[in-house]
Amino acid sequence: MITLQQVKDELKSYNGRKIKIMEVCGTHTSSIFKNGIRSLISPQIQLISGPGCPVCVTSSAYIDKLVEHSLKENCCVLTFGDMMKVKGNKLSLTEAKATGGNVRILYSPLSSIKIAMENSNTQFVFAAVGFETTTPIYSLLIEEIIKNKIKNLKILTSLKTIIPALSFICDNEENIDAFLCPGHVSVITGSSVYNDLAKKYNKPFVVGGFEGEHILAAIFEIVRQISNNEHCMKNMYVNAVSNEGNKKAIEITRKYFCSTDDYWRGIGVIKNSALKLRPEYIEYDAGSDFAESVENNPKGCRCTDVILGRINPVECPLFGKTCTPLNAIGPCMVSTEGACGIWYKNVGGNK
Amino acid sequence: MKIDMSYGSGGKQTSNLINDIFLKNFDNEILNKLEDAAVLDDIKGKIAYTTDSFVVTPLFFNGGNIGSIAVCGTVNDLSMMGAIPKYLTAGFIIEEGADIETIDEIARTMGLIAKEANVKIVAGDTKVIEGKGGIYINTSGIGEIAQNGVSISNCQKGDVIILSGNLGDHHAAIMSKRMEIENNIMSDCAPLTSIVNNLIENNINIHCMRDITRGGLATVLNEVASNSLCGVEIYEELLPISNEVRGFCNILGLDPLYMANEGKMIAVVPQNKADIALEAVRKSKYGKNAQIIGKIVNGKSVNMITALKGNRIIDILYGEGLPRIC
Repeated sequence: MITLQQVKDELKSYNGRKIKIMEVCGTHTSSIFKNGIRSLISPQIQLISGPGCPVCVTSSAYIDKLVEHSLKENCCVLTFGDMMKVKGNKLSLTEAKATGGNVRILYSPLSSIKIAMENSNTQFVFAAVGFETTTPIYSLLIEEIIKNKIKNLKILTSLKTIIPALSFICDNEENIDAFLCPGHVSVITGSSVYNDLAKKYNKPFVVGGFEGEHILAAIFEIVRQISNNEHCMKNMYVNAVSNEGNKKAIEITRKYFCSTDDYWRGIGVIKNSALKLRPEYIEYDAGSDFAESVENNPKGCRCTDVILGRINPVECPLFGKTCTPLNAIGPCMVSTEGACGIWYKNVGGNK
Repeated sequence: MKIDMSYGSGGKQTSNLINDIFLKNFDNEILNKLEDAAVLDDIKGKIAYTTDSFVVTPLFFNGGNIGSIAVCGTVNDLSMMGAIPKYLTAGFIIEEGADIETIDEIARTMGLIAKEANVKIVAGDTKVIEGKGGIYINTSGIGEIAQNGVSISNCQKGDVIILSGNLGDHHAAIMSKRMEIENNIMSDCAPLTSIVNNLIENNINIHCMRDITRGGLATVLNEVASNSLCGVEIYEELLPISNEVRGFCNILGLDPLYMANEGKMIAVVPQNKADIALEAVRKSKYGKNAQIIGKIVNGKSVNMITALKGNRIIDILYGEGLPRIC
């Protein structure tokens, strides 16, 4: 039995080769700051953020389409708050709303059922954005739409799957030594999905929880594996993550959704990296499109490098200067789960 | 009964509204005269003077309503300057369609809290506008300065920071109501007059006080650091947060450090008075969970020693604390 103090001592005094660990999930990035994890580990262990924010990788074309819907007569876009400020090629939803667009912020997709029923003359479009964690809820939403015979509520999907993105990063980015796998996604997918990745790429894939102790334990396991020249999947979040995942959630997602290639903002098209409504349910889709999107990326913005783990946000020349949460230039600064936004809030970008 | 535009006409219906609701609930000899302005003849020494507007939705929530925060907000702002709050004014902007019973209930709450805080609502105004039944309130207030020099710029190295109670309750109560989540979390909305009176009566040389409203403790501590040109160090383990609010935050990805309260404050006091001051706050109504949470140090940022003994820099709030989507 190893104690927390021993874990802390070992991580602080680690003096082996430099290790670069990607934490895939934005909630991990937040928790690393909230617990002061960097101050507890050796500078030889570098933590870098990954593509774990669905808002950040949603294409400009998708935002454009939401904006278009919001400006149509008798049409209303329903969305989570995070999506409001992300720029499309012309406007964000916040700006669309200010110019007369109809946009409402919801906290739960299922509350859109009641809204649609009470406003039968309005066509509602739900901005279905998310990773594997959120898709089961959209599946439930479709089930409710069908059950209640609701005709005025559709979804516009940008539902990414994280596992193909991790493969993409492993194929293209050589200097990442290990992955702290996304905890929430793993609850749904199960930890077994990382077995093949660990084997194929010879890298540790460790599933960890979100408390400070969980994160330290996961980093400790990664350091242990690398020091012993091991590279396997290890589930350190067994209270929440099983080997097979949440079967019910996987089942209902498969019932309504199937896999598709999709465009990731800042990255490009990744094969089989998203979910779309199955052809038999296409009537509930508000025109989702998965083609390559044209991005008017602002000059100097290095969100792509941030998402792919090439740099930490502070290394972007715009970070904290022209790009701040109050005037976000790149998508990673906009969202509460975006790496730049989290870094800014925590390293004191204004100082 | 619902408010329509005729209630704002200045005629009979306006006067009914004033008599049946505001005079009844705010009842005091100055307001009852219904002059164009209140005449106040018992103000001594320096006065503190402030105003605030209240636009909260929903109007009613677990533990209070817009009326409670309209009185507490202004009373607390006065108290934080070392003042004894004396008089308030209340301006109502009411959208047509608002229920008269609702306004009555809000005014009743205001009357009760004013009484508790020992202030009189001595002047008021009502306007009716087109809309959908919304109610907005502005209050202003004046108080007599009882202790000079209390200021956000006055914190000294070595001072200790006392937090008067649990963080995040008001924010969590409002969010729960908006999201239709059922729980027992109550807004902490309360006048802080008793805490401040006790500090002053115990001869504490208070360097600074701030109530913790929008932006949360993190924002207040950053204001302390930048105005007093000092660093702040706090300890995660010492922060009082109820289990319910902690659980609520975990589910929604909220951070209690950035959540609003309506009945909590910090007091920054000299280190040699720390124990007496803490005792004085704990003995006060609304202060029983008070804790010394940190101290004023060299530097210019707010730093938290986490439960794991790591360092975390605490910055001010950017944007809204919206729930996460993944």
